[in-house]
Amino acid sequence: MPLLDVSSLTIGFGKSDPVVQNVSFSVESGETLALVGESGSGKTLTCRSVMRILPATAQLRGGQINFSHDGVTQDLLKAPERQIRALRGSRISMIFQEPMRSLSPLHRIGNQVAEVLHLHQSISAADARQRVLAQFERVGFADPARAWSSYPFEMSGGMRQRAMIAMAMISKPDLLIADEPTTALDVTTQAQVLGLIKDLQAETGMSVILVTHDLGVVANMADQVVVMNKGRVMEAGSAKAVLGAPAHGYTKKLFAAAPMIPAVAAPARTMPHGDLILDIRNVTKTFALRTSGWRPPALITACRNVDLKLPRGKTLAVVGESGSGKTTCAQIALGAITPDAGGEVLFTPNAGEAPLQVHAMSKTQRRSFQRDAQMVFQDPYSSLSPRMRVQDALMEPAEIHRIGTRTQRREKAVEMIRMVGLSPDMLPRYPHAFSGGQRQRLSIARALTLDPKLLVCDEPTSALDVSVQDQILGLLEDIRDEAGLSYLFISHDLAVVARIADEVAVMRAGVIVEQAPPDTLFYNPQHPYTRALIAAQPEPDISRPIDLDLVAKGAGSPADWPEMFRFKDETAPALRELEPGHMVRCHA
Amino acid sequence: MSIQPDNRFVDVEPWSDTADLSAPERAEFDAPAYALVWRKFRRHKLGLVSGLFLLFCYLILPVAGFVAPYTANERSADHLYHPPQNINLWHNGTFIGPYVYATTAVADLENYRWRYETDTSTPMPLKFFCEGARYNIAGFIPSDTHLVCAPTGATIFLWGSDRLGRDVFSRILYGAQLSLTVGIIGITVSFILGIFFGAMAGYFGGKTDWTINRAIEILRSLPELPLWLALSAAVPSNWGPVAVFFIISIILGILDWPGLARAVRAKFLSLREEEYVRAAEMMGAKPSRVIRRHLLPNFMSHLIASATLSIPAMILGETALSFLGLGLRAPAVSWGVMLNDAQNLASIEIYPWTAIPMLPIIVVVLAFNFLGDGLRASLDPYNS
Repeated sequence: MPLLDVSSLTIGFGKSDPVVQNVSFSVESGETLALVGESGSGKTLTCRSVMRILPATAQLRGGQINFSHDGVTQDLLKAPERQIRALRGSRISMIFQEPMRSLSPLHRIGNQVAEVLHLHQSISAADARQRVLAQFERVGFADPARAWSSYPFEMSGGMRQRAMIAMAMISKPDLLIADEPTTALDVTTQAQVLGLIKDLQAETGMSVILVTHDLGVVANMADQVVVMNKGRVMEAGSAKAVLGAPAHGYTKKLFAAAPMIPAVAAPARTMPHGDLILDIRNVTKTFALRTSGWRPPALITACRNVDLKLPRGKTLAVVGESGSGKTTCAQIALGAITPDAGGEVLFTPNAGEAPLQVHAMSKTQRRSFQRDAQMVFQDPYSSLSPRMRVQDALMEPAEIHRIGTRTQRREKAVEMIRMVGLSPDMLPRYPHAFSGGQRQRLSIARALTLDPKLLVCDEPTSALDVSVQDQILGLLEDIRDEAGLSYLFISHDLAVVARIADEVAVMRAGVIVEQAPPDTLFYNPQHPYTRALIAAQPEPDISRPIDLDLVAKGAGSPADWPEMFRFKDETAPALRELEPGHMVRCHA
Repeated sequence: MSIQPDNRFVDVEPWSDTADLSAPERAEFDAPAYALVWRKFRRHKLGLVSGLFLLFCYLILPVAGFVAPYTANERSADHLYHPPQNINLWHNGTFIGPYVYATTAVADLENYRWRYETDTSTPMPLKFFCEGARYNIAGFIPSDTHLVCAPTGATIFLWGSDRLGRDVFSRILYGAQLSLTVGIIGITVSFILGIFFGAMAGYFGGKTDWTINRAIEILRSLPELPLWLALSAAVPSNWGPVAVFFIISIILGILDWPGLARAVRAKFLSLREEEYVRAAEMMGAKPSRVIRRHLLPNFMSHLIASATLSIPAMILGETALSFLGLGLRAPAVSWGVMLNDAQNLASIEIYPWTAIPMLPIIVVVLAFNFLGDGLRASLDPYNS
């Protein structure tokens, strides 16, 4: 008898068609089942119905969820609330996507985790503390006692997710439901958290339902796979079978879209640094952080001694985890932030012209710079004003710069919307009717209306589904070639960058640690952090699991890197050119 | 459904990858924001009913003189403290349409009050669209037609008459003209000041923000009621009722704006971080354009809701001031002025109908609260 058996589950909202339709699967004990799908596929609703934490307006239209424990089988959909409460947290527990929001900011981590124990058994405070500390040690907190008395805001995202896992695991559940547990984390942290879940599973023999959109994660974790699309199961079976030879068209499509780090046979030729459109020279940016009381403000260095050269018509990618300083670099390049004295950014709009100093421009120079350099933002849901029609949003740049008449601006808007692959029928509509991918296309169209020369893309695909990400990257490539644009591309994902970039700069802790064309980088990664990034990239191939040792070696703090690369605080070694076009920050 | 040999399930329904790239994903949101807000607000029954009621109240204001059987200061010296009268339809089993009975005042020397004796023998039908005392429609079109008048020889005091023999019902209608508009004028003043200062503080930040915030804190630290009293007491007593009315509403507005400015500032701070605002700034839009085109439209609905919720405070403020004799003064008529007559507990006990102006105050304040609540609940139309 399986541990959990979901049969023909159907959920709907209001009078419309069901959003989850006839979904059936079962989880054996000790097994990991992955629910795979894009946003809107119904995977989250499905797993939430197991915990009975559906939104108030959702209607259960049919089906059964049978859960077997201690020799009893219960239909979770019909069981009284009291019994469900007894199961939640003790027999079935859940990890949520956003570790920033799933812990209460006003309670110490230790108390929050211990609460689970106090809810489900009578246990003395001292015993509870002891068990929580033991659990903290198991999830990888170096100093459990300190973690006990920390507040969530004192911890990084990865640490919080570990605390969440500790909370979910403390009462040794039979079933752990992990709803996109690593989507909000950096790749290296993701690899470590996935490794942790796997270890704990091996140790306790629990079952895991892993909800994810990433086939790479599935390949690393799952025994069974259920692929969902628009509320229906497209394909289900063992991971080996489904990932080895996808049978359904949709699964194949997901596979084709999954970003991968290519296997490279030879290093690439160096990118010529002749005609530069953007030249970032020796840029350092220090922010003053307000501290409590009367103490002087603390200084935080967001990026240090950054040199980046972007040749005309090429794509330069800056890759790094959150907090590595990559976004600061982009904002400095666009003149939104002024760098510390000593650094400068030179912008050459047309070949052969005298370069402009981005941070010392006259009013007219600034206005023309604002036309020549545009930005594509990360979050397609917040980059278009919900109160402006699509056409107003697309016509706005020209309106600001007083270009053309209203008819000309409208014609330009039509041209741009066609250029990004959409139909002009969308013009009189409002952006909230559209999906993330469509909105991202619209914001690209808006950035292009002024015929810019340089486009700064700040993680333009990280909020999108994989198949949409694939389309947007393709679109960006086409536009670059068609309009002769140059891109400064910011991303946290090496696999995305591998596809579009001509040169990649890997940043960590505010400095560039390695810089090379992507092929060189994948052929011969030198820096331990780059190696960790490459190793941590989950690939949709079950025969290539993540090498956690390699990840752990590079993902730690710079002070723990091998001798040759090690540095502390401000004492980073210089970037050395190991081979032509391949720079690594290391001691001689 | 099909189960493959390797125990795998594959959906057999035809599946195609040709999604229309330009089709709206959430067609139900394919409408301007106000339409979405209305769609959601419509389901908020209490708010909807309150909104319709308030709309009706405000529509009646310009034609209050037509609806009222008497004018505001029309006295009937023979009918002091007349209790509310009934309007009847049937007399001795025959239908004769709406009528009243004539009453005569009798001095009750034992209790030292007026008693009224009703002559139930002759029904006196009401007159409709009749000529009565002169009044102005909307304040400037003279007219003397009333919807309903008392028949000659009788009176029509639906809610009784006051100590000077004036009709309470008619006075409530006239009083509404001032009491209801004081909130609107006050909120306009408060809106202009609040948006201006709140927007400056929220958008520019830094020193501007600091200065405005400290000014708000100082204003809010002053005790409100004594300040109202002091400011209203400073209004010269020889000013006409209209001038006093305007100055009172402006005083109410001036004291109300700090709260609104804070709300605006907080909203600005969060909206500033939205990427469409940063996008506009990076395209070179000037602050005034960013505020006008991007920020204001996006929080106007919040402002309208919070304004709706602060109008009741203004109405109550005016009432309180007038009740204490520091706001509007006779011959102006407002609900507060009318309640001024009901200050004496003894008179309320003997003539309870003099306290009737309390009812419209309570009803209108509640209606504004329900409406504001409904609006607030439907502000974010994108989550269903």
